[in-house]
Amino acid sequence: MADIVLDKVTKSYPDGTVAVHGIDLEIADGEFIILVGPSGCGKSTTLNMIAGLEDITSGELRIGGQRVNDKAPKDRDIAMVFQSYALYPNMSVRENMAFPLKLAKLDKETINKKVEDAARVLELTDYLDRKPANLSGGQRQRVAMGRAIVRSPKAFLMDEPLSNLDAKLRVQMRTQVSRLQKQLGTTTVYVTHDQTEAMTLGDRVVVMRGGYIQQVGDPQTLYDNPVNLFVAGFIGSPSMNFLPAAVEESVLRTPLGDLPLGDRMRRELSTADAPRQLIVGIRPEHFEDAALIDDVQRAKGFEFTAPVDLVESMGSDKYVYFTVEGEHAASADLEDLAADAGGADLPPQDSLVTRLSAESRVRDGADAKVWMNLDKIHLFDPRDGKNITLHEGRAAGVSAS
Amino acid sequence: MATVNTSAKVKWGLLDAVVVVFALIPVLWIASLSFKTTPTLTDGNFIPRDWTLDNYKLIFQTDQFVRALINSIGIALIATTVAVVLGTMAAYAISRLDFPGKGLLVGVSLLIAMFPQVSLVTPLFNIERNTGLFDTWAGLILPYITFALPLAIYTLSAFFKQIPWDLEKAAKMDGATQGEAFRKVIAPLAAPGVFTTAILVFIFCWNDFLFAISLTSTERSRTVPAALSFFTGASQFEDPTGAISAAAVVITIPIILFVLFFQRRIVAGLTSGAVKG
Repeated sequence: MADIVLDKVTKSYPDGTVAVHGIDLEIADGEFIILVGPSGCGKSTTLNMIAGLEDITSGELRIGGQRVNDKAPKDRDIAMVFQSYALYPNMSVRENMAFPLKLAKLDKETINKKVEDAARVLELTDYLDRKPANLSGGQRQRVAMGRAIVRSPKAFLMDEPLSNLDAKLRVQMRTQVSRLQKQLGTTTVYVTHDQTEAMTLGDRVVVMRGGYIQQVGDPQTLYDNPVNLFVAGFIGSPSMNFLPAAVEESVLRTPLGDLPLGDRMRRELSTADAPRQLIVGIRPEHFEDAALIDDVQRAKGFEFTAPVDLVESMGSDKYVYFTVEGEHAASADLEDLAADAGGADLPPQDSLVTRLSAESRVRDGADAKVWMNLDKIHLFDPRDGKNITLHEGRAAGVSAS
Repeated sequence: MATVNTSAKVKWGLLDAVVVVFALIPVLWIASLSFKTTPTLTDGNFIPRDWTLDNYKLIFQTDQFVRALINSIGIALIATTVAVVLGTMAAYAISRLDFPGKGLLVGVSLLIAMFPQVSLVTPLFNIERNTGLFDTWAGLILPYITFALPLAIYTLSAFFKQIPWDLEKAAKMDGATQGEAFRKVIAPLAAPGVFTTAILVFIFCWNDFLFAISLTSTERSRTVPAALSFFTGASQFEDPTGAISAAAVVITIPIILFVLFFQRRIVAGLTSGAVKG
């Protein structure tokens, strides 16, 4: 077990493309950290550099306090689970799991014991003598995990280990991976492009984009206080709603209506270099059917009326989609999000997703009066995507004084 | 639907039969000739009326043939081994690594494969005469390797490309050195490819007539295909057809054995289950 430190680690290729731009990251001993981002964001490259499968162009990588830049993967004492599982097809499950131990030249008895222990933990005991070809996807995945855990390495690296499983199995394995990591307490770096996996598994999540780290934090912090448009849009499902807004005197003009600005926001927005055009971001659960809101809350929020496009009842609550007239929010960050395959979570530009209580009586086709929580609104600068409502790392909404 | 299937089956069956007959008749004919006695050689019967093993006895009694057989086996085996070992290493590098001059290497090996061998016979003859390689085993093994290598590299790199690279990465992560990863993980998976290549290369070396006839002059290194052309009958005026046929049958036997032996190793889909397909 060990901590992993990335100190200005950069990866560039001979043709000049830079996959990872000098990232700094400290992963504590025993921590479960998730690297998440759309494809091409450099997360797998980063993982491969930690593994030693790719050279580090510049910067320093330390595992357990020791510089390992020039060490071969085999000398780093870390195990990796691949997206494709990469089981050795010519070996049985037992041989697959024993392979790293055999290479470590342990004696037969120890090997057998360790393999059987790992098999028991992963419920693979009955399959030890099968070949990978005769296993189901979930079993293969577990063998891959088994091969990683048998030799109790300093750290686990996992490269989208669940993305080849079907949806139900993925949820099951997610819990199992999480439990296993807690049980073993081994430092784990986990790469995924699935924000749900990132949110549910990690102690901390690292959101990456274009070779840069966007934000590092525990899942709740990322969700509540995203530093920029990209993180805000990437984390959360359904994702945050984005609307264009213009700053006018003491109000914020949006397609939903004029939102009041608190003193602090007004002060900040009145400085010379403050943007006149902004992007408003608000999560679906910060809306509510106005009929269900008490007066105390009503005062803290803003109400508007809009035509209901579609109602999806989930039982516990309702997803209500509204059509929003007018311009769309535009920013490079939003385009990036839309381009990413995971952007399927993003609502169409002209619709607003809200999550209302199940008791709400809104119906398709009718107009509905909706309340939204002004404390939970984020304002983003469309030029660089920065969240300007953050104060000391915490989002404060627009009406804070 | 069923009728369509049946008629399609019949059509394909007929076509297959034609191909098989077309390929096998000359072989059976040679076999039949080898069992005929000299007077009945030209009687036009497909099945010999007068069976004899004299032709076989005759060729094994002549030093010429036995010696040629030993030469053939030795030369083909050595050339195959060297070509497959070198080819495996080259193909692995080509399919897995990006190195300067890779395109050139592939291009040159393709060029060699396409080069008309007959145009090289004269220069090779002169070179080998001057270097003392003429009429030696090495004198044949070297050109065989040269021409077998492109074949080996191309076939093997196709096989290597099918092996998921993740397996090698996994082996390295599991604590293997580059060499161990190749020996313990990649090589067993590439085995079917290696055996297939070995068969192809062996057949190429075994069947070659052009170099064998041009670069040898005595029994010291003459291989069977070349030796066959030097067969004579019992007397100068006797037709050696029977003996040649018998020798032809004898030299196809090692090829058949070779293929049968390695066929078991060529198990299709050996890599299935390594990664989610």
